[in-house]
This record gives sequence, C-alpha cells and structure tokens, in this order.
Amino acid sequence: MIAADRPLARLPGWVLGTAGVAVVLVVFELAARLKLLPARWFPPPSEILRALADEAVTAEFWKTVWATLRGWAMGLGIAALVAIPVGMLIGAIPFLYRQVRVVIEFLRPIPSVALIPVAVLLFGTGFGGKVFLASFAATWPLLFQSMYGVQDVDPVARDTARAYRLGRVRQALFVTLPSAAPYIATGLRVSSAVALILVVTGELVIGSAGVGNAIAVARSGGDVAVAYGYIAVAGLLGLALNTLFKIVERPVLHWHPGQRR
Amino acid sequence: MKWRGVLADVARFGVFLLLWQLAAMALDSAFLPPLGEVFRAFADSFIFERIWSDVVPSIGRMAAGYALAAAVGVGAGLMIGSNWVVRRTTGPVTEFLRAIPPPALLPFAMLVFGFGLSMKVFVIAIGCVWPILLNTVDGVRGADPMFNEVARVYRLDSRSRLRRVVIPAAAPQIAVGLRASLSIALILMVISEMVASTNGLGYFVLQAQRTFRLDDMWAGILMLGIVGFALNAVFVAGERRVLAWHRGMRAASDASAEPMEAVSA
Repeated sequence: MIAADRPLARLPGWVLGTAGVAVVLVVFELAARLKLLPARWFPPPSEILRALADEAVTAEFWKTVWATLRGWAMGLGIAALVAIPVGMLIGAIPFLYRQVRVVIEFLRPIPSVALIPVAVLLFGTGFGGKVFLASFAATWPLLFQSMYGVQDVDPVARDTARAYRLGRVRQALFVTLPSAAPYIATGLRVSSAVALILVVTGELVIGSAGVGNAIAVARSGGDVAVAYGYIAVAGLLGLALNTLFKIVERPVLHWHPGQRR
Repeated sequence: MKWRGVLADVARFGVFLLLWQLAAMALDSAFLPPLGEVFRAFADSFIFERIWSDVVPSIGRMAAGYALAAAVGVGAGLMIGSNWVVRRTTGPVTEFLRAIPPPALLPFAMLVFGFGLSMKVFVIAIGCVWPILLNTVDGVRGADPMFNEVARVYRLDSRSRLRRVVIPAAAPQIAVGLRASLSIALILMVISEMVASTNGLGYFVLQAQRTFRLDDMWAGILMLGIVGFALNAVFVAGERRVLAWHRGMRAASDASAEPMEAVSA
C-alpha cells in the first residue's frame, strides 16, 4: 500500500496529470479524424485549438473576455459589499437574526436564473442585466458564510476577550473578524464561481456581450470549432479564478489552523 | 415554547409580505404588481392548470438528469477514488471540466442533441456530475485508512469491501456533492427551458415577461422558489434518514469546526 514501492509513484506529481490530458486529447483527435464521431459536431481538438488561436489574435476576442471578467468582478464586488457587512451584522446580533431568518430562508431557494426576466425588465439586455444576476446569486454563499463565521467564534476566545475587558470595537477587530475570516474566504471562492456561472448565463440567455454570447453566436453561425473554443475559454476562466482565490487565501490566512493541513 | 416561535416566524413573514405590498403601492410600477395580483395569477396558473403542462415536465427533466449524474458521478467517483494512479491521471481533466460554467455547455448540447428532452437531460446531468464525482473521490480518499486495513485483515472480498467499507465511509461526503448538485440541477433546468423549450417553468417565466404578463412572471418565480424549497426539504429529510448513523457518531465525537461550504447558485 505504500506508494513509494511502485514505479509510477517515483514520477513527479505533474507527469500523470499531463499524461491524462494528453490521452484525452489524442483519443478525441483520433476519433474525430477517423470519423468515429460525427464530424459535423466533433471537430478534432487540433482544429478547435487553431480556431481559438485565430480568435485570440483579434481585439474582438479580448474585448469579449474582458466583458465577461468585468461582469464577474462587478457582480462579485457588489455581492461582497452587501453580503459581508450584512451577514456579519446578522450573525453578531441574535435579535436581528431571529427577525430576518424566515425571509432569508424564503428567498434563498429561488433559483437565481428565475430572475433573468426581472433582470431584463429592470436593466435591459446589456451589461447591467448580467451584473444584477451575478450579484444576486453571489450574495447568498457570502451572506451565509459571514453569518456562520461570526456565530462560530470560539467561546473560550470570546470569554478571554471579555475577561480582559476588550471593548466592543476591539473585540470585533481582534476576535470576531479573525475567526470569521476563513469562512468569508470560502464564501468568496464559492461566490466567485457562482458569479462567473451567472455572468455566462446572462450572456447566453439575454445576449449581453461576453464569452457566453460568443458561444451562442458561433453555434448559431455553424462555427462549431469556434463555439468549442469559447467553451474552453469559459472553463479556463473558471479554473484561473478558482486557482487565484486559492493562492491568495493561503498567505492571507496562513495563521489559521485550517490552512496548515 | 415551540409554538410561539413558529407564530413569531409567521408574523415576521407577514411583515415581509406587507412591506412588499407597501413597496408595490408606493412605486406603483408595472414591474412590481401588488401581491393580490401575483397570488391570483399563481392560483390561476398553478392550481391546477399548469401543474401537468409545465411543473411536472420540468421536475421530470430535472429528476432524469440528476439521477443520471448521481449514478455516473458516484460510480466513477468510487472507481477513481480507490485507485491513486487513476486519480492522479484524471485530476487535471476533471478539474478543468468542472471549472466550465455548466450553462456554457448548453450550446454544445443543442448542437449534438437538438432541442428535445435528451438535450435538457444531458445538460442537467453534465452540470451536476462534477460536484458529485469530485466529492465522491474525496470521500473515498479521506476515509480512515484503518477501515481498509481492517477490511483486509478480515479478508473481505472487493465487493463486500466496497459495500460495507468504502461506500459507508464516503457517504457523508457523497451527500455533500449530491446536495450541491441539487441547486445546479434546478438552475440548468430553468436555463435549458428558457433557451429551447415550449413548456416548463423556465419557459413559462420568460414567456410571461416577454408578453408583459408580469403578475404571471412573479407567480412563476414564486413557483420556482417553492420547487427549490421543496426539493431541498426532501433532500434534507432523506439525508437525515440515510445518514442517521453518521450524525450520531459525529455528535458523540468532538464536532470539529471546519468552515462549511454553502453552495447555492
């Protein structure tokens, strides 16, 4: 059972993963070239790559990617500005929590995409609509994580703070905030993914400019390879943002025991 | 004591509805119709006229896609999780596929499957499969190594080891994945119906907005909220039953304070 006994275990960590990616690409390439898959729907990966490379040299491509990223950033930013303070406040004041709990429990199960029509009505089919969707959806994970984070302060730490007669402000700064921080970091990471999903959805369904819209346009234009190229771009964006959050989280929260696994 | 709590919650909800009503009257905007009209539209549409034409087909598509994702996700997850070579090899591929925002796969599904039922089931399934698969892998991997060693000492064959050791050990983590996928299934059901359908709740809501029947639109959103709430309630009840033994064990041992992932889209 000890991994080092096996020859494969001596390879550096990235080798097997790279091999996996290569195998998938080669299998698809061959299947497409040998016409095992219907060519109309499955262009070989090399062709998708070439189509993507052709797109990537145009200014239009980068404008499209930027439109999606900007929507993501605005959506997540608005959600963070609203949800973190409100969530921490609700979490810190039990009276407030009791008052709003029912309403939150009622609003949360509404799937955010159900509000697409509302977004169109209020903000039109442009940039505002998708930002509204993204910020609405991204609000919930952040709100709940901030609430739980504040409620989950170690009682010993709280009692110690009280014993040392820390004032309310200092207690909030030095006890509550640090213990809520990892929760909020998790909330930000989840909300970031949710915001990206909703931005792409908004672009796809209501047609505001961005990667989602580019996929839909390429598909209806019969440009299958380009459509797949943009789908891959959407995946790369998701991967990059997720990795970014994980990288930022580590040094910022290095002092927290949860990071030292 | 409990009754007073429930009554207070009902009262608070009443206040919320009252605030909505006041806002609707104050704004006097076509976008925010008074509650009475929303409720009337809700009653007209969903008791019971559209239950069969829109609500049931929506839930059926969702259930089919979700079940497919659960079967594939748990199956593949158990396989990948119990073999570290497979796990390392598939790691980057699954990470990338998971990172694709699921709605982005809608155009792909429309290309390959057209606009019918199979397209919607496929989109829901492929969106839901990743959280289930990755959580199952984590669950299998995170199991206490002692379980496996004990199973080996007792010479359990691989089949009963899977059934009695691996699956129970991974079950709580699998439940986390299944739960995360539930809300994804709901949003993909709505989106796929908005983009390519002639019935279903997503279609109903978008069509109501396009024809400016805003009371119908809000009634549809209300219905989607109810569906989401009901699905979650059913899931939690089922989870509590199936994982009752796990909760008991966890309550007995020290409840570790891990940041929980509240995924809701």
